[in-house]
Amino acid sequence: MSKLINGGVKLMSDTVGWIDERFPLTKTWNEHLAQYYAPKNFNFWYYFGSLALVVLVIQIVTGIWLTMNYKPSAEDAFASVEYIMRDVDWGWWIRYMHSTGASAFFVVIYLHMFRGLLYGSFKRPRELLWLTGMFIYLILMAEAFFGYLLPWGQMSYWGAQVIISLFGAIPFIGPELAEWIRGDYVISDVTLNRFFSFHVIAVPLVLCGLIGLHIFALHEVGSNNPDGAEIKKHKDAKGIPLDGIPFHPYYTVKDIVGTVVFLIFFCLVVFFNPEMGGYFLEHANFVPANPLKTPEHIAPVWYFTPFYAILRAVPDKLGGVIAMGAATLIFMTLPWLDRSPVRSIRYRGWKYRTALTIFAITFVTLGWLGMQVATPNVTMASRIFAVIYFLFFFLMPFYTANDTDKPVPERTT
Amino acid sequence: MRRIIILFIVALVWPFTVSATSADHPHFKADVDVTDKASLQRGARIFMNYCMGCHSAAYMRYNRMGQDLGIEDSILQSNLMFATEKSGDTMTIAMQPGDAEKFFGTAAPDLSVIARSRGADWLLTYFMTFYRDDSRPFGVNNLAFKDVAMPHVLWELQGIQKPVYRIVKKEDGTQREVIDHLELETPGKLDSEDYKNTVNDLVNFLVYVGEPAQIQRKKTGVVVILYLLVLLVIVYLLKKEYWKDIH
Repeated sequence: MSKLINGGVKLMSDTVGWIDERFPLTKTWNEHLAQYYAPKNFNFWYYFGSLALVVLVIQIVTGIWLTMNYKPSAEDAFASVEYIMRDVDWGWWIRYMHSTGASAFFVVIYLHMFRGLLYGSFKRPRELLWLTGMFIYLILMAEAFFGYLLPWGQMSYWGAQVIISLFGAIPFIGPELAEWIRGDYVISDVTLNRFFSFHVIAVPLVLCGLIGLHIFALHEVGSNNPDGAEIKKHKDAKGIPLDGIPFHPYYTVKDIVGTVVFLIFFCLVVFFNPEMGGYFLEHANFVPANPLKTPEHIAPVWYFTPFYAILRAVPDKLGGVIAMGAATLIFMTLPWLDRSPVRSIRYRGWKYRTALTIFAITFVTLGWLGMQVATPNVTMASRIFAVIYFLFFFLMPFYTANDTDKPVPERTT
Repeated sequence: MRRIIILFIVALVWPFTVSATSADHPHFKADVDVTDKASLQRGARIFMNYCMGCHSAAYMRYNRMGQDLGIEDSILQSNLMFATEKSGDTMTIAMQPGDAEKFFGTAAPDLSVIARSRGADWLLTYFMTFYRDDSRPFGVNNLAFKDVAMPHVLWELQGIQKPVYRIVKKEDGTQREVIDHLELETPGKLDSEDYKNTVNDLVNFLVYVGEPAQIQRKKTGVVVILYLLVLLVIVYLLKKEYWKDIH
């Protein structure tokens, strides 16, 4: 018996050896998992990176199965979704996983980004890590936007109509550009077909590539941590960070716990509240797209509403488009706006703490405002909060330069 | 950590607590229970007899309904299927959209997912608030759906209601008549309580038709969540075991 086991072990190691001579299998495994040293003091906020990967896998796998039954044509799209919901075995489950996954992706990414703001993860030497992350965020928004047209409901149709018409505000080339994107004078079968193509192949390819870059960048500079202390400064004789632990097995087993907790919340939505009261699946999207009937109230899904509020806050259409674009892109400048020597909120002074708190409240409030019908009060409030939103960034060089920062410990606590 | 979990739970539940918009007409709250097969069967009967003259439910199959509602194929075919012989067919109708536009001015919408776009409470309110309005083509109007093109198909059950007005003063001092409530003018076959129960059954049926998988969904969900809870204990213990040497 033991002979058999020994034989098996030898065969395994021989096989790995054979591969290692031809492909860096063990090397990759070690560099990215078994000998990638992560700080040992990760807290709650550090689950969301791995959770984003979990959601990505959910979206890709459910997406593949949805594609098997979905029909990207104006004539059949709405009906094919209902066909999935009724006649495809477990189709409802696949579809709800995918629709809940879209919202979950943004929940996870927003928390992941907020973690960056909390602990200064965007600061030197992690600027490229932050930038690749921001590109992922932008691409994810594109992915969500393209995907939202596919069910071909009223909100799919008119939401896309609103967003594409924004390109029409660009001087000179605007109207032609909008027409070129739609492939028609209005959103039509042609638009649906190309959005389908973008949603299932073009954008996911870019997304996966960027995620690869993001992880490579992370594993080059190493993870930040809630103390913002650099663990690579203190190494033992073997060159292993004293406050670091191998990602595998320590963080793999820890992230599995995080994943199961996440799946519990995820499945509570999927199985018991898939519409999430109209926030994840809008009620108006259960009416088939009708190009002749504009809905009274067009609102994007919740994850776009902070930017939608900023768009509506500006009286001029082009100005609104620029403000909305700036609101998303401005995150990219953070590494250069922040002048504090301290990373973590734990050792930051009152100024950054206050600014970040106000910014978080502003972001959520704008999100709420973006869902409301644009009454004069809502517009006024949107304007005030849009200004606060940008002030967080514009004033950052000033309030971070002379903040009452505390000394950062050399080692993690 | 605990605070964050509580926050999550609040975020998960709060959409339920946000109440519907308040308009100035009476609202009815539907009593929806898609596990009540008797109610669904009664609703199906009303739907087939009164609604399907003009409305389809083109994504819904007869035999699926039969399975879920516990109706045998023979009863299904003799009592509930008027438009087709094959129980595997979907609930389509003979009336063309073009005909409907000629008859009513607008096509009668498909009702497969109407409960998902309108909501159960809105549907019940709609069925409850038809009232006599001689200025309309079919002599009726509706409080939930102003100037609706549909006649009051269930009038013989409910009877005819007439509006009772009240005067309200607007902010600029002018006065305006608004409908305060509806009063039964001509009684129908059912008394008001029976009528309300009947249309509630219909609403219940429409909620079921909106998502036939919802019964299976919730049942499966319980098993999934229980499984994940057990798994959580195991993976937590695994994590603890690995991490006991990290200080």
